[in-house]
Amino acid sequence: MDALKIRNLKKGFSVPGQVGSLTVVDLPELTLGAGEQAALSGSSGSGKTTLLHLIAGILPAETGTIHLGNVEMTGLGEAGRDRLRAGTIGYIFQTFNLLQGFTCLENVLLGMSFGKGADRAYAMSLLGRVGLGDRLDYFPRQLSTGQQQRVAVARAVANRPHLVLADEPTGNLDPENARQALALIRQICTESKAALLLVSHDPLVLAGFDRVLSLSQLNRAALKEVG
Amino acid sequence: MILVLLVRRSLRQHLLSTLVTALSLALAGGLLMSVWVVKGQARETFTRQTGSWDAVLGARGSKLQLVLNAIFHLEASPGNVPFADYQAIATNRAVALAVPIAVGDNFRGYRIVGTLTSLFSEAEPVPGRKFRVAMGGRVFEDGFREALVGSFAARRLGLKVGDTFRPYHGLNFDPKAQHEDEYVVTGVLEPSNTPADRVIWIPLAGLQNMSGHAAATASDVSAVLVKLKSPIVGQQLEMMYNRQGDRFTFAWPLGTTLAQLFDKMAWFDKVLELVAYLVALVAAGSVLASIYNSMSARRRDMAILRALGARRFTVFASIVLEATSVAVLGMLGAWVLYLLILTAVASVIQTQTGVVLQVWAWNPVLLTAPAGLVLLGALAGVVPAIKAYRNPVAENLLPES
Repeated sequence: MDALKIRNLKKGFSVPGQVGSLTVVDLPELTLGAGEQAALSGSSGSGKTTLLHLIAGILPAETGTIHLGNVEMTGLGEAGRDRLRAGTIGYIFQTFNLLQGFTCLENVLLGMSFGKGADRAYAMSLLGRVGLGDRLDYFPRQLSTGQQQRVAVARAVANRPHLVLADEPTGNLDPENARQALALIRQICTESKAALLLVSHDPLVLAGFDRVLSLSQLNRAALKEVG
Repeated sequence: MILVLLVRRSLRQHLLSTLVTALSLALAGGLLMSVWVVKGQARETFTRQTGSWDAVLGARGSKLQLVLNAIFHLEASPGNVPFADYQAIATNRAVALAVPIAVGDNFRGYRIVGTLTSLFSEAEPVPGRKFRVAMGGRVFEDGFREALVGSFAARRLGLKVGDTFRPYHGLNFDPKAQHEDEYVVTGVLEPSNTPADRVIWIPLAGLQNMSGHAAATASDVSAVLVKLKSPIVGQQLEMMYNRQGDRFTFAWPLGTTLAQLFDKMAWFDKVLELVAYLVALVAAGSVLASIYNSMSARRRDMAILRALGARRFTVFASIVLEATSVAVLGMLGAWVLYLLILTAVASVIQTQTGVVLQVWAWNPVLLTAPAGLVLLGALAGVVPAIKAYRNPVAENLLPES
């Protein structure tokens, strides 16, 4: 079963002073197999983040369908989308978005809490796998940028998701840390059997993927497969 | 569990505002409970101080002044009662016990009261309990310059058995008005937690005949404490002294007379109560303002939680729970503050009147006031919680420029 299946997805935003809305995402079709890893490229403002928000159910779609496994996300209300996101999706942000008032371990536990439930031992083992086993009680501000991203990776996969969405996960890292972070994300997803949809405009990052999808101009909203 | 973790961390992150807000709530709760308890306990305790006495007979004047003077040893005596009139009421068939008292002197501000030894052998300062003299002492003997000192007065004045002192004239301490007569302390009373604890008791004749006192009124007494055989006969005596006669005042029933005192002070209770309610409202407002103001800085955290799968209601509930927790924290402080306030107030009241308030006594307001304030705190959290509930997730997840 596919991890992600999108059909005729549309999303627009109202623009102040204009009648109607500006279409940001118009996606006829996108499929990601179970455990598959793909990269999504596109220039700045091309709607990459909006697409990820739609897939994660953070934003509601206007038309079209998004299937996560055999569940149709677009048929759910907000609470249902929250529940589905908590249980099946891991999200890695460009700026990591760790909660500053919580320790590394608590950040990972929070990643689990809203879904299948907190599992302290598993959270600790995940942090060990990303090389932070000795930093469990550190707060994000006490970690380097690369270490923070590793916590974010551990948090994203903590709930054993079927799909991991990564939005420019190496955008804030230096080349060496970026290489390590990317390898870690892919390795963890492989181990967790989670599909990965990674957004980036870094050619070095994109080059590492067998499948790269290019999101074209927003108003054309067409998907062009180049890989 | 997740809510508890969220709230705990949030409170720690905003520790200073949490403490300040909790403190303002503590102040409100402490004040509210103190005002309520002091008001209730003072009324109840003062009314109970009448002990086994049913009435007081004194010179024509205010009943309240008469009771305050004879029972609470406050205020000046409204006048004198000739000894013959004391004897008349003491032998009245309706009277079970009548004990005269005479006032007019003090020792360093503590009132000296002349009386008969029957006060200590027959009267009950607290229903069911007679006066007790502490080990090693005894009651004074009539006709001797001896004194029995109330426990509070003895402690404050440092008087013990065998000590001697010379009384001062008048009810207020004037170092230049010392009498020549020297009294020896024969005993110290065990605490009765009544105004009697603040008094130095001497023989009635001793006070009447103190050097410098007017010889013409030497046999008079200041008031007569009366215990009736039956409460019903009080009405007959009241009729006889107050309506048919015009020389004396018969203060009966004592509870009604004392109620006048509290009725006169009712406005002050209301003011205190109003102040406490206002403080409670201001404190609830500070909970609202404190959390509401922090919401701008927490929009991103809320959005991250939502992105992790937290539902809107979870975010809403975490804010309400946070406000509730601040209120609960405040109430813990309120109980501490209440104990401090009540201890201080009880000490002042004991010093001024001898009446002892029970600091640790249970009162339902100790539960209802904190519960009410916790509810108020929780309600104050609803406004910022709605703001958090409406927080748009997507736009708050974007990288900060």
